Amino acid sequence: MNENCPGSMAEKVIAGDVRSVARLIRDIDDGMPEVREILKALYPHTGKAYVIGITGAPGVGKSTLVDQMVGHLRKNDQTVGVLAVDPTSPFSGGAILGDRVRMQRHSMDEGVFIRSLATRGHFGGLTQSTRSSIDVLDAMGKDYILVETVGVGQDEVDVVRSAHTTVIVVIPGMGDDIQAIKAGILEVGDIFVINKADREGTDKTLSDLRLMIDMDQRKYAEGKWKPPILKAQAVFDKGVGTLLEEIEKHRHYLADAGGGLQVRRKTDKVRQELAEMVKNRLIEEVVHQLTETGEFDKAVEAIVEGKVDPYTACDNLVLPRLGS
Amino acid sequence: MARERKLRVMVAKPGLDGHDRGARIIARAYRDAGFEVVYTGLHQTPEEIVEAAIQEDVDMIGLSSLAGAHNYLFPRTVELLREKGADDIAVCGGGIIPEEDIPALKKTGIKEIFTPGASLEEIVKWVRENVKPR
Repeated sequence: MNENCPGSMAEKVIAGDVRSVARLIRDIDDGMPEVREILKALYPHTGKAYVIGITGAPGVGKSTLVDQMVGHLRKNDQTVGVLAVDPTSPFSGGAILGDRVRMQRHSMDEGVFIRSLATRGHFGGLTQSTRSSIDVLDAMGKDYILVETVGVGQDEVDVVRSAHTTVIVVIPGMGDDIQAIKAGILEVGDIFVINKADREGTDKTLSDLRLMIDMDQRKYAEGKWKPPILKAQAVFDKGVGTLLEEIEKHRHYLADAGGGLQVRRKTDKVRQELAEMVKNRLIEEVVHQLTETGEFDKAVEAIVEGKVDPYTACDNLVLPRLGS
Repeated sequence: MARERKLRVMVAKPGLDGHDRGARIIARAYRDAGFEVVYTGLHQTPEEIVEAAIQEDVDMIGLSSLAGAHNYLFPRTVELLREKGADDIAVCGGGIIPEEDIPALKKTGIKEIFTPGASLEEIVKWVRENVKPR
C-alpha cells in the first residue's frame, strides 16, 4: 500500500497503528497540507470519544492529576489518549515538553497514547491543531481523551472549551490565581479541583471559589449544571476517584440535556469551530503565497526603507487576493 | 499553519542513575536552539524510552548515562527501535562513557557519543548537521 495515500493512512489510524497516529499528529502540527484529505477520511470515525480538558496555572499539578486519572480509567478498562500542551519559547521557537515525566508509568500500556504538543504560536493554530489531534485519537478508538493546557491565553482557553467536560485545577493560597480565573476561565469550568489540599488556605480557596460560582446564580438556576468544587491530593491519588465520578455525572447531565457525546457537534460549537477553521485556512493560504512569491519580504524591505507605509503595503498584499 | 518541519528530540535517562542535571542542561540547550524537546525524567527502561519516542514522533533520542550501564542500555535502545521498525529515529548518547567503549557503541548503531568536555555549542551543532526532521 502506498504510504502517502490518504486512504491507507486513515485506515492505519482507524486500526490503531501507533506510528501512523504519531506521524499524523506531527504532520498536523507542522501544518502539512496533505493532512486535510486524511482528516476528511477520519471525520466519519470521530465523535465517539469523551473529551476532558484540564487547565490551570503552571505548577498546580495538572500532569500528576492526569496521570492518576489515566490510572483510574485504565482500571475500568477504558482506553485513553492524552494531549499535553506546553508553551513554546517566544525567543528560540523551541520548547521543553516535560509533562511525560509524571505519566511515564503508562508508556508501556497499549491502551494509552500520550503526546506532548508545543503551543508554537502560529496564527491561532494551536486550537486548530489540537482539535485535529483530538479527532485523530478519537478515530484511533480511544474512549477518553484528556487535554492538558496551561490555562493562560485565549488559545488555551479555546482548546479546553472544545472538551465535553472542562476541569480547572487550582492550589490553595494562590490569590492571584483566583483573580485570573475570575477574569477569564471561571465561565468555562465544569468542575473545579483544589489540588494539594493538605496545604494551608484550602478552605479559604474553597469559599472564594464557592462565592464566585454562587454569584453566577442565574446561570446555574433550574436544573443547570452547577460546578462542584473538589479537594484533591493528586500525588497521593486522593480525590481523583471523586473527580472521575463528577465527570461521569457531568457526562450524564450533558446527555440528559440532549447533547451527550455529540456536544462538540452542536450548532454553536460547530459555528465557532468552522469560523476558526476558515480564518486559519485563509491566513495560511495567503501567508504561504506571500512567502513563496517573496512579496512579503519585499514589502517589509520597502517599509524599512521608508518607500511605503505599512497600511498601504498591507492593502497591496491583501486586496488583490480578495478579488476586489 | 507553518508547513515547516520542526526538529523534535527526546532527552532520556535510562537505567538507575539518579542524576539528571546534565540531561536538563542539554534539554535547555536544545530548546534554545529551537528544537522541541520531550523530557521523560529519571529511571527509564529502554522499552519505555522507545515507546515514548514513537508516540512523540521524535527525530532523535539523546540518552544520558552516568552510572556505567551504557554498554547495555544504549545498544538495547537501538535494537528495540529496529524491532519496532522505527530505526529512522537517530540515537546519540552522553555522560560518563569511557573512550574505549565508544567504537563498540557506535558499531551497534549509536550515531554519536558526547563525553564530559563536549560543549553545548558542539552538541547542538552536531545535532543540527546530522539529524534532520524526518
